[in-house]
Parts: sequence; C-alpha cells; structure tokens
Amino acid sequence: MGVLPWAWWFGFRRHSAYPLGALAEAVTNTAFGFMRAYVLLALWAARPALGGYDAADAVTFCFITQALIGPVQIFGGIDLTERIRTGDVAIDLHRPVGLQGWWLADDLGRAAAALLLRGGPPLLAGALVFPLTVPGPAASAAFAAAVLLAVVVGFALRYLVALSAFWVHDHRGPEAVALVLSLFFSGMILPLVVFPGALGSAAMALPWAALIQVPADVFLGRRTGAGLLGALGFQAGWALVLLGAGALLTRAARRRLVVHGG
Amino acid sequence: MGDAVIEAAALTKTFTRAGGVLRRRARTAVTAVDAVSFTVRRGEFVGYLGPNGAGKSTTIKMLTGILAASSGSLTVCGLDPSRRRTALARRIGVVFGQRTTLWWDLPLRDSLTLVRRLYRVEAAAHRTRLAELTALLELEPFLATPVRQLSLGQRMRGDLAAALLHDPELLVLDEPTIGLDVVSKATVREFLARINAERGTTILLTTHDLGDIERLCRRVMIIDHGRLAYDGGLGELRRTVGADRVLVVELDRPAPPIALDGIEAERADGPRQWLRLPPAANAAAVIAALAARYDVRDIALRETGIEDVLASLYRGDRAYGRPAPGGQRSSAE
Repeated sequence: MGVLPWAWWFGFRRHSAYPLGALAEAVTNTAFGFMRAYVLLALWAARPALGGYDAADAVTFCFITQALIGPVQIFGGIDLTERIRTGDVAIDLHRPVGLQGWWLADDLGRAAAALLLRGGPPLLAGALVFPLTVPGPAASAAFAAAVLLAVVVGFALRYLVALSAFWVHDHRGPEAVALVLSLFFSGMILPLVVFPGALGSAAMALPWAALIQVPADVFLGRRTGAGLLGALGFQAGWALVLLGAGALLTRAARRRLVVHGG
Repeated sequence: MGDAVIEAAALTKTFTRAGGVLRRRARTAVTAVDAVSFTVRRGEFVGYLGPNGAGKSTTIKMLTGILAASSGSLTVCGLDPSRRRTALARRIGVVFGQRTTLWWDLPLRDSLTLVRRLYRVEAAAHRTRLAELTALLELEPFLATPVRQLSLGQRMRGDLAAALLHDPELLVLDEPTIGLDVVSKATVREFLARINAERGTTILLTTHDLGDIERLCRRVMIIDHGRLAYDGGLGELRRTVGADRVLVVELDRPAPPIALDGIEAERADGPRQWLRLPPAANAAAVIAALAARYDVRDIALRETGIEDVLASLYRGDRAYGRPAPGGQRSSAE
C-alpha cells in the first residue's frame, strides 16, 4: 500500500485531535445557520418560489451549507501556505512523494474529520426547529458523492491559492480575493438559484458552484437521473481541470523555487 | 578509500531577483554558489562551513534535489538530484535543524510510522531499526508525546531518527545542534560519530558550532561568497592560516612593553602583557628567556581556537592559506 492512505489517516487524526475546538466551530456554524435561516424565510415570505425553491428548500439549503463550511473549508486556507511562507515546504519538497497528492490526501482526512465533528450539529439542530427537506436513500448516496467531489474541488482551489505564495510574497492578497469569490459564487451568501439572468448562469458554471450549490441541489432532490450525472460530472470536470492546473503550477513552482528563509 | 557519494563539478546557482512589480526589467542576478567543485567519498564525515549567506543552504538544497543547479554538474549516490529527486530521497536522509519533518500534532511514534510509510520500509526492518535508534537516541521516554510538547533536544533526536529510519547512505545535516543545550549537543554528536563509524553512513554537516566540527569532522570545506575557499583537514587549516600562539605574561609590577629577541608585546594592561609568537618560535625557549630577564609571576600559552581562525577568515583579515584544489580533493585522512 502506498503512503497516501496513511497521509489521509493521519490528516484525519490530526484534525480530530482537538474535538472541543471543532465543537465550538460547530456551535458557531449552527448559530449562524439560524440567523441565515430567518433571513431566507423573510425573503421567501416576500418572494415565494424564488429560484424554484420553496421555503423548506431554502431553510434546508441554509443548514446544509452551514454543515459544509468545515468539510469544504469555504473560508479558504490550507496549512501548506504557511509552510511555503516559512520555507518549511523544503521538507515537503524533499519527500519522495508528490506535493499535490500528499496535500490532497491530508485534506481529505481533514474533511472527513470536519464532516464528522462539524457536519452533524447544524443539520440536526436545524431539523429539530424547522421542517427540512429530507432526501431518500438514493439522493443521500448521490449527496455523499457530491460532497466528496466538493471537497476535492475545494482543495484544488485552495491549493492553487496556496501555491501563489511561491510568487507573491504576501499571500493575504490572493487569499482575500479567493475568499470573496468563494463566498459569493458558491451559494454561501445566497443560493445561486436566486441570481438573475446571465450572472446566475455564469455563477452556475464556475467552479465555486461545485462547493455548495451543487451538493445542496443534490440533497434537495433537484438533480436526478441525467441531471444528477450532469451535476456530478460538472464537479468531477472542475476537479480534474483544477488538479491539472495544480500539477502544472507545482512544476512551475519547483522550477522557480526560492525557498524563503534560508 | 571508498567510492564517491557526492561529486560536484563547477556547481553554480544563480538567483534572479526582480526589482519590483513596476520595475520588471531591473532584475539582478545573485550568484549564491559559484563554481564549487568537491568530492565526498563513502564513509567520510565532512564539515561544511561558512558565514551566514555564504551559500551553504543553497548547496544543500541542490544536493537534495530541491533546487536545480544553474550550471555545472552534480551527482549524489550516482543520481542527478533534481531529475531523480524521489529516487534520491529514498537513499539519503536530511535534517534541517531549524525545521522539523515531524508532525506537530501527532505523537513522535506516529510521525515515525508515517515516515516509515513514506520511505516504504519493510515492517521487520523498521522494527529493528526503530529499536536501534530508540536505544541510541534515548527516545523511549517521549515516543508517545505529541511533537509540539517535546523540548528542542528531544525534537532534534526525533528528527534524526526520522531521517535515518530508511537507513540512508548519506546523511545531510543543516545545523543539527542549533539551540541545543550542552548535554543534548553531546548526545547528538556522540550519536553521529557512532553511525558514521559503525554503519559507515557518509555525513555532510553544516554548522556554526565549531565544537561539532572539532569533535566530529576529519575534513572541512569552507564556502565563502559562494566559492569554495578551503577543502582539507582541520589541523591543516589551523596550520595553513598560521594560527598564532599568544603568551600572556603577568609580571610582578607594571613594566614597559617587553622586547625579546624580535618578539614584542602587542598589548599591555597593567602588569599583564600579550606576546604573539611567530609560528617558528620555540615557546619553551621564549618562556625561559622571559623568566631569566623579568620578574614573572605567571605565564599562560594560548592557542588560537578554530573559532578565531574562522572569524578572521570570514572577516577577510587573513587569507585562506591555500586555495581549494578544483574537484579532485578527497579526504584528508
């Protein structure tokens, strides 16, 4: 067996090493879930059936997105950035393993820990208070696949942002831009279905839609049959494109490498 | 005399620094390593010295394949490091003293397990090797402790174990004793001397700690401003740069500067005077002459330490006695 399953396992253990911290984040995600739910309810009271969602769909969407904040790391960031900034990446680059594959495995472990510790509480709390749309077994299985792909796309985007630290000495700029794009175009601020016309179509075609909007639609049962395959294909396509870009950028970074700090 | 583990010929690394976003054209080239040639043979223990910014770390990054050379040729364990980085990584161990290869949040034992998977060490070989390293480096008391809770000395021992688990032919150490207390330093040095002597592991050691060098290295290479300024034995270095001896003479009472057969006091402080002895001078004869002519209360003979020698070399007060012979230099045994 290769080393990557172990990288996954130790990533999982590393990120589940502080359960109290994760719990605190889950409580925060849940509290914000309720605030967003009431905002969305007010919106849907004024505009029923907006974007094809009913009020229950909108509230369900809200709690799913809150549950996915941790697993897809919607606010951005990856430990690799700091390692590039400090030069510790030299150690990663020395190891007999590809940089992107290693960090992907580690991040999938992190996501699994986040899903376990931070995914459940917002959904459960939401379901106790509001009548949520609950998927059947088929939609649940499809949702699991969509979440996995969302995590991969989320990783690929954050990896690209992290690699920019090889070129840009202050990584906060790219991270700030990435954060705005990620929040706005993933559906985190408002479901993309309410975006009008061309903006809506563009948002649905961009990779960030694969992070939140697509898994949520799968959960809500709005993608079935060929539509479901299209949704998963859309996520997988972006995952491949972005990981490919990551591989190219990794090679470019190696060529151009200046390891900061000696 | 074994075969070559590292062969560098006219190895050069030039970095290009941009002059800023708006001044793209104002690029400057900085040559960090300038046509360095040397050979390290199997079983050698070589100290790689030089002032900060001289090019030591850059050389190490090229040796490990992290950086590609701008020109010249480099072979490590028979491989081109930057092209065969992964294959090479399985055959060499590297310790960056200021960084750690261990996982901060995991117990040391788990980090070592991950390293085992990374380097695909067989289970049986791993058990034997881990037991050996645990005994030699006294890891047992903190194997179950998360790395972030280890003291610096413990962490360094953990890092050494991680670098050696896959039994590399070559161990490259970048300041492994930095920040360690005297006891931890002694443990690390003793361990390094042992694996070099008993397992025949070739070691290239970069350090600013001259105690490391004096206790461990038979051969030193000094890099300065990117150029290899010296390559040879440590004793030879002391001799070739003319490490002087100084007599510190304490008289009964303050006196005019001593003048004795061409040797003059270079400094006087009350009753105490300092006399620098020429390399050819016979210290015993000078002391006898002093005792005969002056009321001497005490005499001490001080040899210039390797530290003083290097400090004056780095500052440029003194010339490197002999330029490094290009490429063909082997060990000074």
